[in-house]
Amino acid sequence: MMTCLLRPGMIFAAAAFVCAGLISPAVSAGDWSGRMGTELRLFTAAPLDARQANNALSLSAFAEPEYFARWNNGADSFAFVPFLRWDQSDEKRTHADIRELTWLHASQDWELRAGIRKVFWGVTESQHLVDIVNQTDLVENIDGEEKLGQPMINLALIRDWGTVDLFLLPGFRERTFPGVEGRLRPPLAVDISQTEYASADQERHIDAAVRWDHFIGDWDIGLSHFSGTSREPRLLPSLNASGEPVLIPRYDLIDQTGLDVQLTRGAWLWKLEAIRRVGQGPSYAAATGGFEYTLSGLFNTATDVGLVAEYLYDERGKAGPSPFQNDIMLGLRFALNDVQSTDLLIAAIVDRQSQTSSYSLEANRRLGDNWKLALEARVFAHSGGDALAALRNDDYIQAELSFYY
Amino acid sequence: MRRILLLPLFTLSLLAANLHAETSQEKGLAIATEADRRDAGFEDFTADMTMILRNRQGDESVRVMRARTLEVKNDGDKSLLIFDEPADVKGTAFLSYSHATEADDQWLYLPALKRVKRISSANKSGPFMGSEFAYEDISSQEVAKYTYNYLRDETLDGNECFVVERRPAYELSGYTKQLVWVDKQHYRPMKIEFYDRKDSLLKTLTNKDYQQYLDKYWRAGEMLMVNQQTGKSTTLTWKDYRFRTGLSDRDLDQNTLQRAR
Repeated sequence: MMTCLLRPGMIFAAAAFVCAGLISPAVSAGDWSGRMGTELRLFTAAPLDARQANNALSLSAFAEPEYFARWNNGADSFAFVPFLRWDQSDEKRTHADIRELTWLHASQDWELRAGIRKVFWGVTESQHLVDIVNQTDLVENIDGEEKLGQPMINLALIRDWGTVDLFLLPGFRERTFPGVEGRLRPPLAVDISQTEYASADQERHIDAAVRWDHFIGDWDIGLSHFSGTSREPRLLPSLNASGEPVLIPRYDLIDQTGLDVQLTRGAWLWKLEAIRRVGQGPSYAAATGGFEYTLSGLFNTATDVGLVAEYLYDERGKAGPSPFQNDIMLGLRFALNDVQSTDLLIAAIVDRQSQTSSYSLEANRRLGDNWKLALEARVFAHSGGDALAALRNDDYIQAELSFYY
Repeated sequence: MRRILLLPLFTLSLLAANLHAETSQEKGLAIATEADRRDAGFEDFTADMTMILRNRQGDESVRVMRARTLEVKNDGDKSLLIFDEPADVKGTAFLSYSHATEADDQWLYLPALKRVKRISSANKSGPFMGSEFAYEDISSQEVAKYTYNYLRDETLDGNECFVVERRPAYELSGYTKQLVWVDKQHYRPMKIEFYDRKDSLLKTLTNKDYQQYLDKYWRAGEMLMVNQQTGKSTTLTWKDYRFRTGLSDRDLDQNTLQRAR
């Protein structure tokens, strides 16, 4: 596992850290905070592949401490966020990462952020097409919202007409995949020892990105372009050293232009994300669009109910790798607005062609001042067709208890 | 010649306007306008906030925040709230550009996802952080947000007060009206009663420990909001007020929101 921590990008980030230290010897003592917790997963059916762990109950634990310091009247700051996960059943899910190791300097009309960081772009809920800077930490959660730290130099130019973010991204991070014995994986295991790259520089290829975002009245608009190694690999069938069939990740060199727009009017949020990607097979477009409408103070209580509906489109259609080529997502979000900040999100994504569907439930509640209980369940409705069919025996219920400090 | 004749006529009409008895609506508006005038020109302030939420059984829960507010001339203020406690929301930040009658612009920064979300400001009556303060109670108070009606004079804890009824002029308020006790000496809100959509008394806010800053601006050190219908209450304590710290628009923009913590 330690090899992945010693990539060139990490060395670069460590250099940024040292530089930050040299720039200001007067770093005031920082603060440690963070979270740690345990997670219990229950898979309700036997796995499709006999090699996958068949212990219905799987235990896991994680820690994500965070060190933060600021100086120069808040204009400079430093953050270090390592992440560790141990998993009982899948050795590939037992992993470590540096989520952040970053120095930030803010000036009147620019900000420089250097080191390992996480960046999020986008507005929709069902999937995040535009968000491309960070690699997905897929073994953490298949929802794609957990990300690996990305080495970067990011200069933000802050103008009256919006913010322009320039990114230089040295050091590619490979996507994490479950191991042979892991659940929630394709029918064939992914063999990351045979990873292929389109670039001769492989993971040392330096990627670049630029983004403009601005808000005008009710509108929030972002326009972005990324040029470099695709975060999303193609998975090619092959054989491993023992002659067993496996999938090999191949990372293409792509150019992706993205647009994200949100219109906020009254209780309505109208959202659109659209991308065009060139370099990964024939060029294609994909989009997610829809709305979120919030009914507040339902039945004279403090509860808010959000109705979420999104349409997911991918030009490559059913033959393409995305399961969300012509799908509808419907969601209900409950926020109790109570002292424990209880919330619940129920969502369904239904494929309009293959009738494959998946359902999810996420609920959170604070316990006392420092604990939080999170419940999660996913159901993959049985019927062949798209990539989600491979998960049809991987329905699960998960409880996570975290301690925050 | 004619001009000389006109002048006294003009003066007479002004006198007539003064003699015309002030209506209770005009007096109510005049009190709100005077309170607003006395608080104008503060430019900006920062402060630390602690909220203690109590339920009927007396169980307590604590919220710790830092606030930055920038005065905006001829519009609502810009404000940034940074959450420190409870620990699971540490680093979350809330940016609001308030407007007198239009909907406010609001963004929430979620540190776990590094995501800035533009959120709907339509839910004015919802509880803020599970407390007895609604979003509309803590947002910037502009004169144009209400219509006013002066009711009476009353002595409250030894302070001579005007009692003014105000009705929200904006949509989606949780209140039909509020009764505000404004002290005659400094035009500070000493107490506010909030009436729900059925016009029953819902909550009572009592402002205490007023201190004056820059020899002009009065701020309460403690605000106690009691829900008269549920018995729950929230004490909001303000500490370390600093005025004219030199905040600019840049200190209350989306980039700052993401690194405020």
